[in-house]
Amino acid sequence: MSEANIAAVRASAEPTVVVDDVHLVYKIIGKSGKGGAPAALRRMILREPVPGMRKVHAVRGVSFTAYRGEAIGLIGPNGSGKSTLLRAIAGLMPPASGAIYTQGQPSLLGISAAMMSDMTGERNVVLGCLALGMKPSEIAERYEEICEFAGIGEFISLPMSTYSSGMGSRLRFAIAATRTHDILLIDEALATGDAQFRRRSEARIRELREQAGTVFLVSHGLGVVRQSCDRAIWLEEGKIVVDGEANAVVDAYEERHDPEALAERLAVLRGNATAHVEADQESAI
Amino acid sequence: MTSTAHSSDEVAALVDRYGLQRAGARLPLGTYTRQLWARRHFITEFSTASNAVGFSRSFLGQAWQLLTPLLNVAVYYLIFGVLLHTKRGVDNFIAFLTIGLFVFSFTSGSLTAGARAISGNLGLTRSLHFPRAVLPVSTTLTALQQLVSSMVIMVPVVLLTGEPLSLRWFLLIPAVGLQAAFSLGLAFLFARLGARVPDTSQMLPFITRVWMYTSGVMYSITEFTKGRPHWVKTVLEVNPGAVYVNVARNALLTNNPVHPYTWPLAIGWAVVVLGAGYLIFWQGEEEYGRV
Repeated sequence: MSEANIAAVRASAEPTVVVDDVHLVYKIIGKSGKGGAPAALRRMILREPVPGMRKVHAVRGVSFTAYRGEAIGLIGPNGSGKSTLLRAIAGLMPPASGAIYTQGQPSLLGISAAMMSDMTGERNVVLGCLALGMKPSEIAERYEEICEFAGIGEFISLPMSTYSSGMGSRLRFAIAATRTHDILLIDEALATGDAQFRRRSEARIRELREQAGTVFLVSHGLGVVRQSCDRAIWLEEGKIVVDGEANAVVDAYEERHDPEALAERLAVLRGNATAHVEADQESAI
Repeated sequence: MTSTAHSSDEVAALVDRYGLQRAGARLPLGTYTRQLWARRHFITEFSTASNAVGFSRSFLGQAWQLLTPLLNVAVYYLIFGVLLHTKRGVDNFIAFLTIGLFVFSFTSGSLTAGARAISGNLGLTRSLHFPRAVLPVSTTLTALQQLVSSMVIMVPVVLLTGEPLSLRWFLLIPAVGLQAAFSLGLAFLFARLGARVPDTSQMLPFITRVWMYTSGVMYSITEFTKGRPHWVKTVLEVNPGAVYVNVARNALLTNNPVHPYTWPLAIGWAVVVLGAGYLIFWQGEEEYGRV
């Protein structure tokens, strides 16, 4: 989609997500690096803040507006705050400052959606669907479909703790993808599972996208962002570097982080172009 | 590049014009309660499932649901009844102790499980959107299911020790109902505390133990406060732990009369603690899952 198209969409469409100068801070309780009793005593005497309590400033002042009909890719290196931002949009993490406004309840569809690992897959399907707000009759109807989509066979009757990580994430994705959503937040879901499952989940996401108003996609696969998004936001250390048309943003990102891949792609494009030209010349002769 | 960042005035205008809502905003109490009711199937399924999971890793499995209370009674009978002789002044000590232990452990169990309701389900809170009150309600329901299954032991013990079956037994239903309301209120309060202060779980065993020893679970308060100032007895008997243990004993045992104010107290504690607990828990709705 070109810039002009984006502008057209914005003029006609309504905003679905407004992110206003948001800061997100994690508190982590854990052992601080330097430890031992003397350090703890020193902290107590000097009245330093709670020992072991560390703050991670994951997102630092992000602002943007998403419109109905947009599919937005969030890209950035590990730890740039993409997933945290997604969780905050889903309303699962309150901003330390700033605010996020949404139209309707966004749904987070991620492989990190935790399930109860001690329980069997069957129970997890039922519990997950109930937690999503589905009715028992609805679940009974969709149950087979979900199990089939996950494609984990007899493992469905075993506790989830016995699953491989791939099976676990397939089941989670299958559960989360049963419903349609106004605002859909997808966290790396496309990278889940083997090639066959990936194709199926990509197809399912396309369906969901058609029904959803706005889609956010966090992915490390830049190709996926190019293919399925029309807009991209590049995050780095919790700040927006660029926000704009997907291909342009991904190009700029690749130039910074993976120049070889960009060069290769350009070479392929150029190769194709020359090939075409040669073919044209040949046909002319 | 196109920027879609708006000034705060523009944001306010957009929010107003399109009826946007703040993400994760706490719902008004009425709507919140309706959403909680809508998730009732999740609550029952979740508490049944977590009850089953609790025993799934042992060889004897569900049998522990009966074995644990039975062994508890045996141990407490040995230590308090036989060795320390706290049974003086009690007619039917075994039944007295059994009821006391089972009823009290429902309250202390809901308290302990409530404190971990949020902090022990962080994965779930961080990935799905639902009224968080679902979690303490589920943990309390699990504790209630354990109480009900321990009745399989309690009732025979009471009958075998020579108590007659009587219509008064029906009083057990309001007794347990009121206690459940009270315990749920406590679970709400401690769920919020446990979500904010991770050390709560470490502290709780001591709190519940002191509470059990002061609630007349393995001794008669009347008997043990003889010769002490009267206020000591009153304080011990007004404490909700003793109130719910006593109304349950009053229902099942002869010779266990309660004060005229004990039933009103049972109602009062239930209403106040559940009301306050629910309100306080709801006020913290936005902060759960943050740490």
